[in-house]
Amino acid sequence: MEVIMVKIQIDGTFYEVNPDKNLLHTCLALGFDIPYFCFHPALGSVGACRMCAVKKFANADDKKGRIVMSCMEPVTDGLIISTSDPDIKVFRAAVIESLMTNHPHDCPICDEGGECHLQDMTVMSGHNYRRFVFKKRTYSNQYLGPFIHHEMNRCIQCYRCVRFYRDYAGGRDLAVSGSANHVYFGRQTEGALESEFSGNLIEVCPTGVFTDKTLKEHYTRKWDMTYAPSICIQCSAGCNITVGERYGSVRRILSRYNGAVNGYFLCDRGRFGYLSTNSPERIKGIMVRDPQENIQKEISRDGYLSVINSAIIGKKIAGIGSPVASLEANFALEAMVGRENFYHGIDGEKFDLERTAIQILKNSSVHSPSLKEIERSDAVLILGEDPAISAPMIALAVRQASRNRSIRMAAKSGIPSWNDAAVRELAQKIKSPVFIATPLTTSLDDLAELRYNSPTSDIARLGSVISSIIDKIEPLSAGSDKSLNDIAQRIAGVLMDAENPVIITGLQHNDKKVLQAAANITAALHHNGKKPSISIIFPECNSLGLALMEGGSLDNLFEVILQGDVETLIILENDLYKRADKKKVDSIFKKCKNVIVLDSLLNETSKQADILLPSGTFAESTGTIVSSEGRGQRYYRVLPVNGHIKDSWKHISEMIEITGISKDLHWEHFDDIVASFTDSYPFFSKIREIIPGSEFRFFNEKIARQTIRFSGRTAMNANDSVSEPKPPGDDDSPLSFSMEGYKGVPPSDLVSYYWSPGWNSVQATNKYMDEPYGSAKGGNPGVLLFDHKT
Amino acid sequence: MISILRSIWFTFLHAFHKRETQGYPEKKPYLPPRYRGRIILSRDPDGKERCVACNLCAAACPVDCIALQAANDYNERRYPLFFRINFSRCIFCGFCEEACPTYAIQLIPDFEMGEYDRQNMVYEKENLLISGEGKYHGYNFYKVAGVDMGVKGIGKGENEEPPVDLKDLIH
Ligand code: SF4
Ligand code: SF4
Ligand code: SF4
Ligand code: SF4
Ligand code: FES
Repeated sequence: MEVIMVKIQIDGTFYEVNPDKNLLHTCLALGFDIPYFCFHPALGSVGACRMCAVKKFANADDKKGRIVMSCMEPVTDGLIISTSDPDIKVFRAAVIESLMTNHPHDCPICDEGGECHLQDMTVMSGHNYRRFVFKKRTYSNQYLGPFIHHEMNRCIQCYRCVRFYRDYAGGRDLAVSGSANHVYFGRQTEGALESEFSGNLIEVCPTGVFTDKTLKEHYTRKWDMTYAPSICIQCSAGCNITVGERYGSVRRILSRYNGAVNGYFLCDRGRFGYLSTNSPERIKGIMVRDPQENIQKEISRDGYLSVINSAIIGKKIAGIGSPVASLEANFALEAMVGRENFYHGIDGEKFDLERTAIQILKNSSVHSPSLKEIERSDAVLILGEDPAISAPMIALAVRQASRNRSIRMAAKSGIPSWNDAAVRELAQKIKSPVFIATPLTTSLDDLAELRYNSPTSDIARLGSVISSIIDKIEPLSAGSDKSLNDIAQRIAGVLMDAENPVIITGLQHNDKKVLQAAANITAALHHNGKKPSISIIFPECNSLGLALMEGGSLDNLFEVILQGDVETLIILENDLYKRADKKKVDSIFKKCKNVIVLDSLLNETSKQADILLPSGTFAESTGTIVSSEGRGQRYYRVLPVNGHIKDSWKHISEMIEITGISKDLHWEHFDDIVASFTDSYPFFSKIREIIPGSEFRFFNEKIARQTIRFSGRTAMNANDSVSEPKPPGDDDSPLSFSMEGYKGVPPSDLVSYYWSPGWNSVQATNKYMDEPYGSAKGGNPGVLLFDHKT
Repeated sequence: MISILRSIWFTFLHAFHKRETQGYPEKKPYLPPRYRGRIILSRDPDGKERCVACNLCAAACPVDCIALQAANDYNERRYPLFFRINFSRCIFCGFCEEACPTYAIQLIPDFEMGEYDRQNMVYEKENLLISGEGKYHGYNFYKVAGVDMGVKGIGKGENEEPPVDLKDLIH
């Protein structure tokens, strides 16, 4: 859609801007620092806080002007405003002073301190000294579950929390109550928040009302953490995260902006799922089974050399990869054992399904949508997959998609999409069509225009009837089932009326027919001139990446082993007991003389290992994974190499070197293995071309993992030795482990943290994108591997 | 010539001036209370650690020689799990004291910190914490903060109304 730009004048300078945005959005995009609270780029404006005042002049001769709220002001041609008029300064200072009258004296023990939007705005608006001498209103707090701490005294009534929780994420158990000076944000009764997106309250709330309880247990100020850009490994949506570390342990996870994927948000699994990296159960040393006592014991480096030699040299080896390990780790193993001896570590059924899914995605007429594209679609059909369970952020995108009809309706009445309260008021219960065909109920059911809860075989049938209707072929077998036929008619009709419908399906229920039906619907819509897309949700964070590699399934491996010539089995970050029948797994462990396992935690499989190597988690390794969308993205280590814990590919590379089984395979640095991988799999060559390698420098500098105000540098290790150690180097990435390096806005793949002068809170994110809620500066992170994208 | 004689005369006069040389260490010099010497951590009037582990001193320190870790006790009261100052780096600028919102960290008039082994210049909390209030008396941060961390309940502070009754419809 072509946007006709308009000309406006801000502080005497002319700008060409998009009239579809509000004035605050426009000013922020242009880099003006205007204070605000209630506006959020993803939530729109409601005009509740009165902080964003600017002065608007009727024409060039108007010298007096009038104060308006920029977040509620449309941008029109010829608009003249001032952002720094003395009247505005007085007005803003008065507003912040009144918002602060009841604010407690908490900053030193407030977990928001140092990254508090309220602190930033207070400073920005010039309110330095409290004049309020009366008593402060106070509130009791609520227990909100294990993840979120509640401290209501700090609330400034901006309403962002309920607008996110209820309006944006569809939650029901957090609401506002009371009136006047007694407005309260909480639950009706104490209890854990139910929404799977509750963690976003931490980032959405501009104050310290909602803070991270997991962080509280090892609290560290924002400026004191070392950060690395990373990718969530909890599901296949590929959300971008930032991992914060101090004193050698992971402290928290925040969302990292990717305008095409997760935007500003994350689901709770992604945000709070990091604690296992700090677990005391972590495997730290190289363990070898003592044959006499039959227990695993830590072994010296020399001991390791000899056991690894005897386990590998001259032996018939097979390798089992993993859909949660990086492409590079899987490739290293594949290269070591040989392609014909490499198995994917998933059962035959899933393996088959994944092959089918890839066939669908590789078809050039099929488009796999980003989360942003799902948000923009005007009709959604969910077929045999519950995204709220398998990839929650996709469910959140569907929830946004359901608003598109009301946004269009509002536009017809002259209400811009950013005027959130007005759009929702007008919409009432009007939603874009969302059809949900799943075996069980889902948390998206409240959106559904039509729900069909039935076993997957019925769902597949429904799918094929829909596609036949669209293609105007007589349905194959639905003749007898009138109700199914009616439903299919209705869905087909709506999909045909839609501009860019999205079909969401997945591998959750192991039903190939569902996948095929979804593909057929997409194809049928495509034949009929629509722009459909199909989102196939893969089970794990790198399932798609691994599926794009060669290799067999676990079932194939079981056969090979039972035929009896595999002597050594190398298992990469995979608990086989979760993938296959216990008896079968037990039997292969019995058959193989040497079981080498690379993993980070003790589990049923790693307990069986004869040689156990400690591999790094996402926080201790660097790698590339491929999301369900087909987006290859890289996560970077936040912890430097520590003892024996290493990237799995490094362990494998070392094994090759020690045993000398191959002269050609030698990877010193991460770039080497990426090169070797992309040479061997040209399909992935973009990963090497587009994602910056370790030689990359920005303005001749590495990019700093630490903030400018990182503290305690000369004391944090002084208990060990008073002489400070040299900061660890990082040959595997363009990031440095210290505060030295580029600190401005780096390429989006390499953003470690968000900070900008005057913007210490997460709201600084807006400085890292083209415009608020737009794409990240220099393009959103990641590379799209299926390039027939529009 | 005259200037040389003048200099000799002034030098001679110094023989009758008060001696500047101090008999240290036998005779201790007087140091004013605000002298910026050895750093201590003080306690509040109730005898509890004053430091609330806010990290502001560490952030203010120009040589980054303060490292600490926040922890919460059984009342959720925030305190430093460890608190370390590397005095071999400290320049006694006093920024930490200025930054401290609780009067916990204070520089005192004591400079006798010499060590033969540099490692001994690293002070942990047990070396820093004194049993009194130091230079500033009577202040207890938790009594004026809004939180309930076992020191005073919410709404029990001098400047606070009792907590809002959410079921009350009058307001
Ligand atoms: S919310 Fe912000 S301003 Fe309020 S106590 Fe916490 S850090 Fe301070
Ligand atoms: S709790 Fe936070 S987000 Fe909600 S109204 Fe108060 S300050 Fe705003
Ligand atoms: S006196 Fe200065 S250098 Fe020493 S610890 Fe305090 S802030 Fe740091
Ligand atoms: S500034 Fe004061 S209260 Fe804060 S950590 Fe330092 S000594 Fe403790
Ligand atoms: S941001 Fe405009 S009124 Fe709150």
